[in-house]
Amino acid sequence: MMKKNSWRSRLFVALVLLFNYLPIFIVVLYSFNASKYGNWAGLSLQWYEKLMGNAQILRSLKNSLLLAFSSCALSILIGTAGAVGMARSHFRTQNLLENVSMIPMMLPEIILGMAYLSFFSILKVSFGMVTLIIAHVTFCIPYIFINVQSRLAGLDPAYVEAARDLGASPTRAFWDVTLPLISPAITSGALLAFAMSMDDVVISFFVTGTTSNTLPLQVYSMLKMGVTPEVNALCTLMLLAVFAALGLYALLRRVLRKRA
Amino acid sequence: MPQSILTLQNIHKSFDGATVLDGISLSVEAGQFVTLLGPSGCGKTTTLRIIAGLEQPDEGAVILGGADVTRLPPEKRAVNTVFQNYALFPHMNVHRNIAYSLRLRREKKDVIDKRVEELLSIVQLEGYGRRMPAQLSGGQRQRVAIARALACDPQLLLLDEPLGALDLQLRRQMQVELKALQQKLGITFIYITHDQEEALNMSDLIAVMNGGRFEQIGSPEDIYERPATRFAAQFIGQSNILEGTVKQAMEGRAQVELCPGNFVTVNGDFAPGERIALSVRAERIDYGNAAQYGFHLTGAIKLHSYIGGVLRTTITLPTGQELLITGANPVSTYPAGCTVQVFWDPAVAAVVERGRAQGAR
Repeated sequence: MMKKNSWRSRLFVALVLLFNYLPIFIVVLYSFNASKYGNWAGLSLQWYEKLMGNAQILRSLKNSLLLAFSSCALSILIGTAGAVGMARSHFRTQNLLENVSMIPMMLPEIILGMAYLSFFSILKVSFGMVTLIIAHVTFCIPYIFINVQSRLAGLDPAYVEAARDLGASPTRAFWDVTLPLISPAITSGALLAFAMSMDDVVISFFVTGTTSNTLPLQVYSMLKMGVTPEVNALCTLMLLAVFAALGLYALLRRVLRKRA
Repeated sequence: MPQSILTLQNIHKSFDGATVLDGISLSVEAGQFVTLLGPSGCGKTTTLRIIAGLEQPDEGAVILGGADVTRLPPEKRAVNTVFQNYALFPHMNVHRNIAYSLRLRREKKDVIDKRVEELLSIVQLEGYGRRMPAQLSGGQRQRVAIARALACDPQLLLLDEPLGALDLQLRRQMQVELKALQQKLGITFIYITHDQEEALNMSDLIAVMNGGRFEQIGSPEDIYERPATRFAAQFIGQSNILEGTVKQAMEGRAQVELCPGNFVTVNGDFAPGERIALSVRAERIDYGNAAQYGFHLTGAIKLHSYIGGVLRTTITLPTGQELLITGANPVSTYPAGCTVQVFWDPAVAAVVERGRAQGAR
């Protein structure tokens, strides 16, 4: 039965993969195209060279990295503290908190973006890096929170009890035992959050200022002029970064599962 | 009189309204091997956690080495625990696991290294310091957990079913080793198990627990030969419980009627009319056609079954009750269906209940 259908199922898988990755593959391919137009004129790295010389793009890359790193760092602090605090609360409160904390992940981004826009306008906060960071932190926290929270839920309380039994204060037991055991979860959550922050367009669009263009926003505005091979090159680089982050994430998940 | 190292005074504990410990008291002398024996859910783990400070009693006091530690957190008590699943820190190697409490005390590195080596040799794991817990077998993890708990020379070592995860052969071997270790170190052990063989084999003192109370506290011999309650008799070993009414009471002896016309002799002082329940161990009952001890019951052999080492015989009494008898002889001279006399030495029967009104139970 399996044997008979195996070529068909293989074809099906191949079609799905083709459908998913063909556009991406073409963008990557054309970023190495020597010609500026749709025809193929041999391999070239000229678009990457041009990209590196584009001050606007470099500035937005710097902005994006700054934004992703700082929002990740802040959400690590808040998300981890939240998850640890929640693990110590009553389980009914836990259920409620868990659901509430998931909402930002489920809401359509455009609604979140609009909410931030009007919220910051009401407070008369000037738009720029600060508003970007605040907005990104709010949608990054759930990734850390959920990862850490599920790790904590699966953590045998006997580890901390053993540390206490051996003479550690509650704080000391947290640093020596809990934190090392949840750190893979923190890192994997942070990688996911980093990837989300790096490629966010919609929310950033609503809360950015004039001097704080991020990379995705830069790509978006460049596209208004038409698809240049330079955009292809930029997309390829961003893809590389995102794949690297996701690869690292998958690796960490495996380590985490082995430990548990 | 030896000094008591641990005293539990009337400890009560309930979780979400369900009573787990219902007023338990215990006094442990220094150097004793004490076992809390009982079925799962009887409150033995909670008792251990209260001694360790991982749980707070609702009422009562924990006195350790003369000082009241009831409200002290676990890190301030000179008590260490070997956890049920060992709870070795998975991110630390064996050396760091064992050294953890010493490092918290800010001991010097060479002092720590020396002590860890010493402990590794005590538990026969020399050279394992650099292994991670995940690379160890169950028995090895267990030894590391013991070494870690011993690192700071606790006054009291608590062990929560430490052999529960091991296979039978390793269990037996570890029982012997643990007992030898306890005698060598002279540390007081409080040991939890639901395994009666383990308890009888290792302990100086056994506290039989059931439903959040101590049913009986005594030496293994006391517990086995002279069970104080019906539960203690039935939980440990194979017991036959016989109920009857005292018909004739004499000095130190009584005739007890199980059902009309069937009497047994019981040692002890009783009042006529008293209801009592007797426990007689399966291996202490004899049967045949020449009753000794001046009394016998008449019963029909229902079944013989050879269970390896002993022959288990079921005999139906006129009361309808079935007696379970074990004998060392693998073949019985009386085939199933025979009517025989059943008797035992009154000295081996224990009275586990008395004074109940007729009809109770």
